[in-house]
Amino acid sequence: MTPRALADRLRQLLGEAALPPPAADEAALPPLVLPADEAACALLLRTASVEGWRVAIVGAGSWLSAPPAVDLRLGTARLEALGPVQPADLVATVQTGVRWNALRRGLADRHVWLAQDQPGHDRTLGSVLATGTSGPLRCGFGTVRDQVLGLTMVAGDGRVLRVGGRVVKNVAGYDLAKLALGTFGAFGVITQAHLRLRAVPRADVTLSIDGTRDALLDAARAVLDRGMTPAALELLSPAAASRDGWRLAIRLLGTEAEVAADQTEVQAALPTAAAVRRGDEAAAFWAQLLETAAEPPTTLRLGASPATLEDALDLVALHLDERVADWMAVTIPAGVVRWSGSATAKTLAGLRRAAAEHEWPMTLERAPWGVRSAVGHFGAYREGVHRLVQGLRAAFDPAGILVTPLDPAA
Amino acid sequence: MTVATQALDAVAGILGPRWVRRDQASREAYAADGLPTLHALPGAVLLPGSRDELIRVLKVLAHHGVPFVARGAGTGLSGGAVADAGAVILGLMRLQRILGIDPENRRAVVEPGVVNARLSEAAAPYGLHYAPDPSSQTACTVGGNVAENAGGPHCLKYGVTTQHVLALEVALPSGEIVELGSAAGEPWGPDLVGVFVGSEGTFGIATRITVHLTPLPRAVRTLLADFHSLRAAGEAVSAIIASGIVPAALEMMDGTCVRVVEASIYRAGYPTDAAAVLLVEVDGRDESAVADLADAAAAHLRAAGARSVRAAREQAERDRLWQGRKKTFGALGRLSPDLVVQDAVVPRTALPDVLDAIGAIAARHQVTVGNVFHAGDGNLHPNITFDRRNVGERERVERAAAEIMRVCVAAGGTITGEHGVGVDKLRYMSDLFDATTLGAMRDVRRVFDPGERANPGKVIPVRSCREWRGGWSRDRGTEGSEDRGAVVEGMP
Repeated sequence: MTPRALADRLRQLLGEAALPPPAADEAALPPLVLPADEAACALLLRTASVEGWRVAIVGAGSWLSAPPAVDLRLGTARLEALGPVQPADLVATVQTGVRWNALRRGLADRHVWLAQDQPGHDRTLGSVLATGTSGPLRCGFGTVRDQVLGLTMVAGDGRVLRVGGRVVKNVAGYDLAKLALGTFGAFGVITQAHLRLRAVPRADVTLSIDGTRDALLDAARAVLDRGMTPAALELLSPAAASRDGWRLAIRLLGTEAEVAADQTEVQAALPTAAAVRRGDEAAAFWAQLLETAAEPPTTLRLGASPATLEDALDLVALHLDERVADWMAVTIPAGVVRWSGSATAKTLAGLRRAAAEHEWPMTLERAPWGVRSAVGHFGAYREGVHRLVQGLRAAFDPAGILVTPLDPAA
Repeated sequence: MTVATQALDAVAGILGPRWVRRDQASREAYAADGLPTLHALPGAVLLPGSRDELIRVLKVLAHHGVPFVARGAGTGLSGGAVADAGAVILGLMRLQRILGIDPENRRAVVEPGVVNARLSEAAAPYGLHYAPDPSSQTACTVGGNVAENAGGPHCLKYGVTTQHVLALEVALPSGEIVELGSAAGEPWGPDLVGVFVGSEGTFGIATRITVHLTPLPRAVRTLLADFHSLRAAGEAVSAIIASGIVPAALEMMDGTCVRVVEASIYRAGYPTDAAAVLLVEVDGRDESAVADLADAAAAHLRAAGARSVRAAREQAERDRLWQGRKKTFGALGRLSPDLVVQDAVVPRTALPDVLDAIGAIAARHQVTVGNVFHAGDGNLHPNITFDRRNVGERERVERAAAEIMRVCVAAGGTITGEHGVGVDKLRYMSDLFDATTLGAMRDVRRVFDPGERANPGKVIPVRSCREWRGGWSRDRGTEGSEDRGAVVEGMP
């Protein structure tokens, strides 16, 4: 089928509005299809499965670049319903094309928030869910998956799956939401999610100290040794801190009394007096950190452990960043290193192999298509796991139409 | 259908005959779990003593095509740990080693038969604990908790089992070992740990479990508030949650439960004329900050109409308040010999209306319901007392339980928050999920267990096990073994 014939067929299937005229810089790309709702997503993917059209789920393109060699791109711009938001139950139902800033504002208007702070700028909710990118707040509130109570996913074969629910505890049936989150669209497109909200904390204070990398890691461990679990406990490389040395940042959230008590105790654990940021100043500090993460073309995260972070950082430096000039942020209690920079597929594959020897998984969160298709988002599977992953992909997308490089190219 | 003697002989060759129980009396000990209306004799009971023995046994069972049901302490409440004559029980209680505690990284590695409370005891010297705390925590196992994605009172603040499991070594039904997740909690790929937790033993058996440990709170305040109506207590719950206070636990007991506890050896000092009491616990690191939280919670309780709000003055009093709550299920035995412990979740704002509806259902069916539950999560446990020998009463209990489930679903809730589907909730699954979603769940199960031999017939009401599901008839539960033999006929 020629591109023009395909576009005509898609218009016929989904209506004119689903195929907007391409932007000037997208004329050479495969057609962008914007289904109006989950039924339209289902029709599109069902038809694509029958016809063998290769589909890239691109959301709004706010995080990952699209693969070039597909028949069509599935966008979520028309899945933009924000609500209902039920502050009394601390639950919101949101379609995945909604942009993060709109979501944040919509929730703040009702005095609730979502404890999630991914890297990037004004991404869509779908991008955050599908890529499973958590930020510094995972220290205090868990990862993306802990904020999602249920979701609707249209599987690769067009089946509409509604999993989980709107309540905070739920063990009815298998938790298929876990397979939709963080799998980069390999199983289908998430169209809507029920999100777990929290009341806006009354106090929000960020402390920071500067120093050498290892001294700051020791300081962070001194905080943890006191049995504390701050909302965020993040070590920032010079590039991430926008200064000429490393920085340790600690975010405290809660009631005024809780935060005041924690601030005293954190300060007692630190070797030097901390700078204190509150309110807008603190918010701007974290926002800048997260936005600058997306400036370089490639971002990855490495799962080490709190006790082995020096080794993990040395390994990243050895493979990617000998001058320690790149953006790096370490979520210390989770043992997670996030790096943003520029690297070849070969270098990244080398790092993944080396990390696997330490039992540290490496997830390629974003990269230019050529790099991520070669390296894969995941890889270095433990024994037997690759077969399970292949089986799951075949269960959701039996025709294999979804173009997602979960694994390294063979 | 029975289990092939050849298979059991081969297993006896691995475990020794002592750990392969074939006689009726031994099998009888495994014929039920915490669901009193279900009784079925397994084909045999196999008790491996090590991970390696377990793997070898699984390979023998795979070779002979024998279905199996993994079982921890058998405290589950949905019939999930029960097998019939065509399947064997794989008891995991001998796999009870704590393999390591790593305080620096706040984690522990355990075998599946480790008792939940024992893990917390072992972590306590490091200032840590294992946060999920089901009421059965002095008996239930971490492996069983993983299978059911167990909760408990303190999961309101600290999260349920799935939030505390970092990595799993899993023996698939074929006997093949796979490692899911990493000790750091970062996945190697899709979140297979997340999908395995709560799969009720239908994907395989967790042989090694890496869990996250949580610092023990330094300051704790426990409040007891009593109310003249269930509705007012339900409204107090909504008010506290909406205010942004995250209590460590927020539990409700109705007047029926209060009175049976107070009449039992677990007497806690609850006011016996209350229509409902709330136990509210706040915790943290700083005494004065926690005292402020407790004051704020107390203000919400009073504003919602609490007749009195009392703070436990000392640890012993706090322990007594909690013992009363955790032993309520046992105390309900004073009312009648049997108890159905139900489990559902509703949005927290729906609690007052749903509690009213449950009261009306109980009255209509002339059954006694005792509500003792995790109110802060909206996780109801409407427990119905009955005498299984009274057939008419049993039928009324069944009808009342079904109506309660449907009220909860209609309120935007779910049919189980922490006890699992097992056999008990199979009949409600299609109220909650459409056939397409149930089909996808079954597809996922078959990726792990293509032969569907692991805990067959549980969780998903698929067509191929419908006849078998019929066989789990509660009415047959008390009849003779001949009838239970017939149960097995329809098994896939």
